[in-house]
This record gives sequence, structure tokens and C-alpha cells, in this order.
Amino acid sequence: MSAVNRATLAQSLSVSLPVGAYGIAFGAAGVAAGFSVLQSCLISLLIFSGASQFALVGVMGSGGSALSATATASLLGTRNLLYGLQMAPVLRSRRLKKVIAAQLTIDESTGVAISLEKSGSPAMAQGFWYTGIGVYIFWNLFTLIGALGAQAMGDPAAFGLDSAVPAAFLGLIWPRLSGGRERALAVSALALALVLTPYVPAGVPIISTALLAVLFGLRGRVWR
Amino acid sequence: MAITMNAMWIGIIATSVIAFLLKYLGHSVPERWLSHPRVLKINSLIPIALLSALVAVQTFTNDKNLVIDQRLAGLAVAVIALLLRAPFAVVVISAAATSAALYHLQ
Repeated sequence: MSAVNRATLAQSLSVSLPVGAYGIAFGAAGVAAGFSVLQSCLISLLIFSGASQFALVGVMGSGGSALSATATASLLGTRNLLYGLQMAPVLRSRRLKKVIAAQLTIDESTGVAISLEKSGSPAMAQGFWYTGIGVYIFWNLFTLIGALGAQAMGDPAAFGLDSAVPAAFLGLIWPRLSGGRERALAVSALALALVLTPYVPAGVPIISTALLAVLFGLRGRVWR
Repeated sequence: MAITMNAMWIGIIATSVIAFLLKYLGHSVPERWLSHPRVLKINSLIPIALLSALVAVQTFTNDKNLVIDQRLAGLAVAVIALLLRAPFAVVVISAAATSAALYHLQ
């Protein structure tokens, strides 16, 4: 293995292990929301996109319908479509390899690949595969551990799981709240969801805030 | 709060299929279709809105009622931990410990 390979592998591991360990929070959240251990594990294996998974169990756990949960989770998954657009010319995968590449297209695999842009397409592809496979293995392993742990605990509130889940969401969005527009959007979405909660079916207050994202995105200049 | 098993499976399968199709579509369509700056900006803002709303609903509601309970204290501790740049595990565990302690005092 060349020096470039080792450096890429090290970078991929340094991303995939901590991110994968985060799967423990998802496994626990799934069971706390009322999903079985098997269902929580299947969600990680099949959906394999953190924010969408948390949204699915979060919306259904708070009483939302399958439709509003699926719509919310899918809106969070549109990000991966854009990542695929960026990665396709780099990976040039066909058939089965393209199917696997698609499933591994998430924040982290794309992020590591883009960070290697200066090293050329082969290094980017390597970063994508190492990180994607690494996160897939660790994320699913830790989902199982988290789900079994939560199942053993029983009452979620007695162990503070009812706070651990929103705290985990907050940890997910915190790094994105870098600018004024992002922070204003977060506060507006929080307020809108609470104002709507008493009046509309569960799940609707959450997906309604996607409109706020569109409004905030259309307003003013665009920074890339 | 009751969600039926069937609804859960429908949610899981539907979301899995759509999640994969979105990923696969990205690898299959020409890049220029969706790389307009405003589309990219809105796309980066959607997770902030939806996840903020999820935090709000999971912290301050119980069915259709707005409530303030031990979860607010847990979230406040999480905010403090995040402001102090604590690692993710510390954020989650400190929030859980705070909430659990108050739950048992009630």
C-alpha cells in the first residue's frame, strides 16, 4: 500500500469510527421511540443516512403518521442526491458497484472525498470508498449496541433517553449554525413547530418548517 | 402515542426505498440539472429547519400539549456542553443524566 493510500485510510478511519459510534444514539433513539431492535437495525442498514433515520423514528415516536415521517426523512435525504451528482464523475462506477456507491453516498464519504480534491480523482475515489465502507460497518454495529442497550433499560425517561435524543439532534445541527441566516432559521423553525403543535396532526409541524428553509434560501444573496 | 406495527413497517420500507432512489438518482443524472446556487443553498438549509423543529417537538411537547419538564433541563445542559465544545458523547450523556436525575426527584 502506498503512502497516499495509508494517509487516506487513516483519514477515513478517523472519520468513520467516531461517526459510526454515533449509531449508538440512533439505536437507542429507535427503541425509545417504540421501534423494535430488528426494525432499528434494518433502518440503519437500509436507509443509512443519519438525519433521515432520526427524523423517521422521531416523527413516528411523537405520534406522526407514516406519511409525514417518510416525507420528512426523504426531504433530509435530498442532500445525498446532490452528493451523488458530485461523486459520479469521480467514481465512474457501473452496475452493482454503482448500486453500492449510491448506498454509501452520505455526508462523510462525500466530505472525505472532497477534502482530497487536490490529490486527484483516484485519491478522492479511495477516500469515498474507505470512508463509506467504514461508516457503514461501524454505524450498523453501534446501532445494534444502542438498540440492545435501550431495550435493556426499559422506561426511556428513567435513564434520561427522552433528553438524550433531542440533545443528539442538537449535536447534529450545531456545526451547521455557523452564520446569522442559519441561526435565525433554526430559531424560527423551533418556534413554528411549537406554535403549530396543538392545532395540526403530529408530524405536520416538523415538515412545515421545510417551507421556512425555502424562504430563508430565497431571501438575499447566495453564498456558495 | 400509539403507533401501529404496520405503520412503522410502511414508514421504514417507504423511507428506505426513497432514500436509495435519491442516492441512485444523484449518480445517474447530469450534474448541471441541480447545481443552481439557490437549489444548493436551500438544500443546505433544509436539515437545519427540520432538525430544529424535531428538537422543539421532542423537548417541549407531549402529544398535542406544550409542556415544560425535565427534558428542558437536559437540553439546556446539552447547549452548555456544546458551547464549551464538549465531545458529542459528553453532550448526550450530560443531557441524559440531568434529565434522569430530575425525573427521579419528581
